[in-house]
Amino acid sequence: MASLRLLLRSGKNAVAAVLRREFHGTPPAAVQVTVRDALNQALDEEMERDERVFLLGEEVAQYDGAYKVSRGLWKKYGDKRIMDTPITEMGFAGIAVGAAMAGLRPICEFMTFNFSMQAIDQVINSAAKTYYMSAGLQPVPIVFRGPNGASAGVAAQHSQCFAAWYGHCPGLKVVSPWNAEDARGLLKSAIRDDNPVVFLENELMYGVPFEMSEESQSKDFLIPIGKAKIERQGSHVTLVSHSRMVSLCLDAAVVLAKEGIECEVINLRSIRPMDTEAIETSVMKTNHLITVEGGWPHFGVGAEILAEIMEGPAFNFLDAPAVRVTGVDIPMPYAKILEDNSVPQIKDIIYTVKKTLNV
Amino acid sequence: MRKMLTIISNVLRGSASRNGAELVSEGARLVVSARTYADFTPQASFDIKNCDVHKLEEGPPLQAVLTREEGLQYYRTMQTIRRMELKADQLYKQKIIRGFCHLYDGQEACAVGIEAGIKRSDHLITAYRAHGYTYTRGGTVREIMAELTGRRGGIAKGKGGSMHMYTKHFYGGNGIVGAQVPLGAGVALACKYLGKNELCVCLYGDGAANQGQIFETYNMASLWKLPCIFICENNQYGMGTSVERAAASTDYYKRGDFIPGLRVDGMDVLCVREATKFAAEHCKSGKGPILMELLTYRYHGHSMSDPGVSYRTREEIQEVRSKSDPITLLKDRMLSNNMVSVEELKEIDVEVRKEIEDAAQFATTDPEPPLEELCNHIFYNEPPMKVRGISPWIKLKSVS
Repeated sequence: MASLRLLLRSGKNAVAAVLRREFHGTPPAAVQVTVRDALNQALDEEMERDERVFLLGEEVAQYDGAYKVSRGLWKKYGDKRIMDTPITEMGFAGIAVGAAMAGLRPICEFMTFNFSMQAIDQVINSAAKTYYMSAGLQPVPIVFRGPNGASAGVAAQHSQCFAAWYGHCPGLKVVSPWNAEDARGLLKSAIRDDNPVVFLENELMYGVPFEMSEESQSKDFLIPIGKAKIERQGSHVTLVSHSRMVSLCLDAAVVLAKEGIECEVINLRSIRPMDTEAIETSVMKTNHLITVEGGWPHFGVGAEILAEIMEGPAFNFLDAPAVRVTGVDIPMPYAKILEDNSVPQIKDIIYTVKKTLNV
Repeated sequence: MRKMLTIISNVLRGSASRNGAELVSEGARLVVSARTYADFTPQASFDIKNCDVHKLEEGPPLQAVLTREEGLQYYRTMQTIRRMELKADQLYKQKIIRGFCHLYDGQEACAVGIEAGIKRSDHLITAYRAHGYTYTRGGTVREIMAELTGRRGGIAKGKGGSMHMYTKHFYGGNGIVGAQVPLGAGVALACKYLGKNELCVCLYGDGAANQGQIFETYNMASLWKLPCIFICENNQYGMGTSVERAAASTDYYKRGDFIPGLRVDGMDVLCVREATKFAAEHCKSGKGPILMELLTYRYHGHSMSDPGVSYRTREEIQEVRSKSDPITLLKDRMLSNNMVSVEELKEIDVEVRKEIEDAAQFATTDPEPPLEELCNHIFYNEPPMKVRGISPWIKLKSVS
């Protein structure tokens, strides 16, 4: 039943995609696009635009992608540009980095970022540090992408969030898109960037449709890496988040608005470089800060934001300590009730806002 | 007959002197033997050791032709590498070079032989014992030594050090054991993808040969028929661990399993060259990767902090030096075939010594990189950006 639903959904999207492409003479109207399709289109357009761009990873070709993100691309571009790899992350990540050093622009897919741990040496020591070590002689234009963080029922080894791990390292850019527009614009920017970019997607967001503006459907629609977006204006408290948690923040904001509490929701979009200025500006307006993330609390994205606010001009504007809403500090359990209580829910955000505002 | 030759020789010597064939070097006056090139054998054919083969019908030829020019060039290059490494040893002991310093003396025939077997437009990547390759791939002794001493004139502006030197089509210098092998296969992938008729030489040592990622690379390189030559420089010791103590199978040339392999005498520059040519031919004909094991030896310990005698005997080192030194081997061949004179070689030695001295002088007097450049080169093609410094008030700037 679930697979039938999936089939129908994909069919509907395919039809929407075809209709959209028929009308390329007139500017396209706003339309509903899932995050998956936005990624797929971005990949397609960037591969068409630059012959040096190619995709490699497990099941990206004949399987159409483990999560169908690369659906249709192998049929269109063939073996040379969409490469299925054996299950050897360290090897194929290294090969991807070497190809980038020698003039290509690879997109290296990790089926999930949990598996990137096997290849993390290639990401950090071979990709991130090389431009610096060579004093500018050897750039590495590569994108590492794949789903990151918690999913549903996949348990501890398949649920870790790597935003903090990669965000820690100089020489990398790390982005974490939330909606379809983010996915499209940031992936295009990542592919066109001449530096190593870690692109953290989210499996639970792949199937979620969002309305995309006309402008965001243009082939050269780019979102700059390093700039956050204010998804909702507010005056009482600043909620800073990335990826799927942005949805929860917005939902919490709707509930809180009924009680007269106006939340400003910031979608980070980039983990590194992080748009600290946007956060500071917001905090100086609202005087309250809460960070919301799916990952573990210690040494995490929220920890970094709080440290930067402490060290910056916004500290003096805080009326209460800035706090973090995070995943629970445990390996992810399997049972649904346990899993649900291991990651932030809307009620947790609401609770934290009220505690911070002392209401 | 002999009398006539002597007379002609005298006349020629005389005329050569008049034409200023006298070459002056510091200290002593040396006169180039006024024997003209007509006196020297322009080229000779040498027997080289047979290579053990794996999954190959035949190996490289058993004879190599060496021209006088080639011989002189190989000699000069090997001697330069030798002296450069010995100078680095000296500077390290004087604490002018710090950190890691892995020296290549003893293995010169590998770097020089490989370079002679490929084109400059081919690609090469190796591990951390990289000074020799940096030189054969186009780096100058000056910029290599200045990088070792961490000065702004270094090949990586002082930011990389011994293990991170790069030139065109040379991807370092890599510090993580084994990581360079997948990188090299990636370079080969790019060569194939872009349709250039180029290959990549991926070097690793006997210690690295047991790394999992190398086997992952063998698999993919073979599957996708990537034009790479995997080369295991087997110098018998991975740091302090001899090959028998590290590997269940020390037939490194067979470890590629489905990849054809050869085992080559790595102390003979001609053997290395012929094997490399053979391997390059294999790659470029679209047959996919091939593996070469070079049997070689390092005189120094693993690095400058290793005296190199706790896990091997001085006698062993001495024996290799006296019986298999690559430079001596070439020199003896050329002399016994009248391809060069003792004086000519001595003169090259003097020139090499001078080049090294000048480079060392530069490397010790060139200033260190300016602090303003601390944060540069984080990203390529990027507008200037701020970098967080040691404390919140220190704002540093990074320029591409």
